[in-house]
Amino acid sequence: MTPGAATNGHALRTRTSELLRFATAGSVDDGKSTLIGRLLHDSKAILEDQLEHVIRTSERRGDGYVNLALLTDGLRAEREQGITIDVAYRYFQTPRRKFVIADTPGHEQYTRNMVTGASTADVSIILVDARKGVIEQTRRHAYIASLLRIPHLVVCVNKMDLVEYDEAVFEQIVEELTDWTARLDISDISFIPISALHGDNVVERSLQMAWYDGPPLLYHLEHVVIAPDRNLTDIRFPVQWVIRPNSEEHHDYRGYAGQVAGGVLHPGDEVMVLPSGQRTRVSAIDTFKGSVDSAFPDMSVTVRVEDELDISRGDMLVEPDDPPAAARELEAMVCWMGSDPLRPGARLVIKHTTRTTRARLEDLDYRVDVNTLEHLPADELALNEIGRVRIRTGSPLIVDPYARNRTTGSFILIDEATNDTVAAGMVLAAR
Amino acid sequence: MNPLHYELSHLETLEAEAIHIFREVAAEFERPVLLFSGGKDSLVLLRLAEKAFRPGRFPFPIMHVDTGHNFPEVLEFRDRLIAELGERLIVASVQESIDRGRVVEETGPRASRNRLQIVTLLDAIAEHGFDAAFGGARRDEERARAKERVFSFRDDFGQWEPKRQRPEIWSLYNGRIRKGEHVRVFPLSNWTELDVWQYIAQERLEVPSIYYAHTRQVFERDGMLYALSPHVQLIEGEEPFEASVRYRTVGDMTCTGAVRSLATTLPEVVSEIAATRVTERGETRADDRVTEAAMEDRKREGYF
Ligand SMILES: Nc1nc2c(ncn2[C@@H]2O[C@H](COP(=O)(O)OP(=O)(O)O)[C@@H](O)[C@H]2O)c(=O)[nH]1
Repeated sequence: MTPGAATNGHALRTRTSELLRFATAGSVDDGKSTLIGRLLHDSKAILEDQLEHVIRTSERRGDGYVNLALLTDGLRAEREQGITIDVAYRYFQTPRRKFVIADTPGHEQYTRNMVTGASTADVSIILVDARKGVIEQTRRHAYIASLLRIPHLVVCVNKMDLVEYDEAVFEQIVEELTDWTARLDISDISFIPISALHGDNVVERSLQMAWYDGPPLLYHLEHVVIAPDRNLTDIRFPVQWVIRPNSEEHHDYRGYAGQVAGGVLHPGDEVMVLPSGQRTRVSAIDTFKGSVDSAFPDMSVTVRVEDELDISRGDMLVEPDDPPAAARELEAMVCWMGSDPLRPGARLVIKHTTRTTRARLEDLDYRVDVNTLEHLPADELALNEIGRVRIRTGSPLIVDPYARNRTTGSFILIDEATNDTVAAGMVLAAR
Repeated sequence: MNPLHYELSHLETLEAEAIHIFREVAAEFERPVLLFSGGKDSLVLLRLAEKAFRPGRFPFPIMHVDTGHNFPEVLEFRDRLIAELGERLIVASVQESIDRGRVVEETGPRASRNRLQIVTLLDAIAEHGFDAAFGGARRDEERARAKERVFSFRDDFGQWEPKRQRPEIWSLYNGRIRKGEHVRVFPLSNWTELDVWQYIAQERLEVPSIYYAHTRQVFERDGMLYALSPHVQLIEGEEPFEASVRYRTVGDMTCTGAVRSLATTLPEVVSEIAATRVTERGETRADDRVTEAAMEDRKREGYF
């Protein structure tokens, strides 16, 4: 099957295709850019002018072949230095799915970039150079993927052509990484032997590795089941914006607009409003096209309730039987992205769902050595370090553990002096 | 959507994400504005704003930077559409910037007001005190845009500095700025050209007539077809002729090229786009072709 070509005839009929976000990680020269270039090229997402540009640049650089890696290079600074400096996004589509790739470089700033690119990913792809095997960065990438709870991990063992497509080399890597990931919280992991340069097992099945009976990478990405990864059990609806038209036609209209973060809402459902704790019932779920029978993650809708309550941005409609905590003390894992280190006592701003408030770092429990998973005592967290902290907030936040809900369990920290985003946080427990 | 499996299609997912972005900006900024070009992306933006805020009104005005070199079809379309929406329109005029001496008109056959509009835009943002401006840019358009954030931070000169952009994690956007700074917000960041057309078809949005094949007087320059208009001087050897064309983007008459096409209906246009082998900017925008890093340079200066 040629995915891109098949799209052509059915451009208007691809509506039922799902969106899948994946992030790629690997250390420099593992072949990440080549792999992405190969996926884009073989799925026909590359247009002529882009390809022409790549051919011309390859010639000028004297690469000696069409360097597909050039497809993913972006800014001038990178072109000059020959490196990727940030997270870049790419898109391609097959009849089954539309793909969003967050391409995160493996060098300096790797943690910050990987966390940024992978935070919303359904799938994380980690590249391993078959000749080098599992290295420190492979373990680090697997750890970050598990920390962010990316539901599916795919390890691509690349450059198989350079090890004579040898099954034993592949098996050795599978075994080693399986041991390591057993210590992590990863629910789904797959291994695929590939050659990004030659296209083996990327889009087309490899003729060189008959011993591998799994699917090629693209097939895997098209078929991995992602819908159940969301929390459909516990209603979580953070209110973003209150719609009050005050017009003649809609005189009494009062709707709470937001994006569903968990559970399935129906008209008639009882909900609790946090932090007030009041209860009411959903009277209608509105969209621009009219009212709907249900709303589930990640729909953006407008909810109306039966009672006249004082509900505003930052409040959350939740399941009354099992509500989240309205908490001012959080225990969390944070990835520090600020250039100055984080120390206990630091005063910051925290943004969590639709609420923003002040925060103080009470305690730094430990720092994680991302290569060994060891917990090390620490009095500060430097750029790109990950640690466990205790935070006290200025007003209550309505939080779940991140393991339960990636939206209501995550937050960012902002430096008030520079307005920079300096940390990504994942809640472990709240009081 | 499939109610049994609680799944969203890719367009529904993109739509929900964009609505979320609109509402975040409305809630967190004091004076947002929606930049409207009349092009298909800004039409999609308007529909998404309706989805985010109806039955309420938009909590921001709509602004068009009028270069004076627009396609007349697009201006007529703009006025009708905004009247139907019942929203507020601000027009910032490049001609006024020229008259006031803020910018100097380029001359010669390749003169364009494309660069001048940066000044008009930044002046208007400062004059009205806008702190957030929605734009229709997409990351798939051009290589410099692949790394663009949804909230693209601009300093008090309106400049974009790729290294100073903030990490965007989950959907927790950080919109904190100082006085004089502003943020460009791109709700369509994750959309592709095909997504935009599929959405236009799904929503049955009306688009300016120049997006459909029509007969017009054109001439060829640098391998592209341009409309004959009072704003363009012909160079020797350029012979106008009649052709059936449509536009893939809507910019100025001076720098937007047309493609030969017979597609007169939306499904025909979408099929052509799906089968196309050239990016829309590579094919039809002279402004991006000047240097390899053309777009990046203009972005740094404060372009959309
Ligand atoms: N032999 C072989 N070389 C590869 C393969 N994949 C990538 N390379 C080469 O490895 C080098 C680094 O690849 P690149 O994609 O730039 O790596 P990145 O730094 O991870 O993006 C380039 O010279 C590629 O041509 C492969 O599957 N086989």
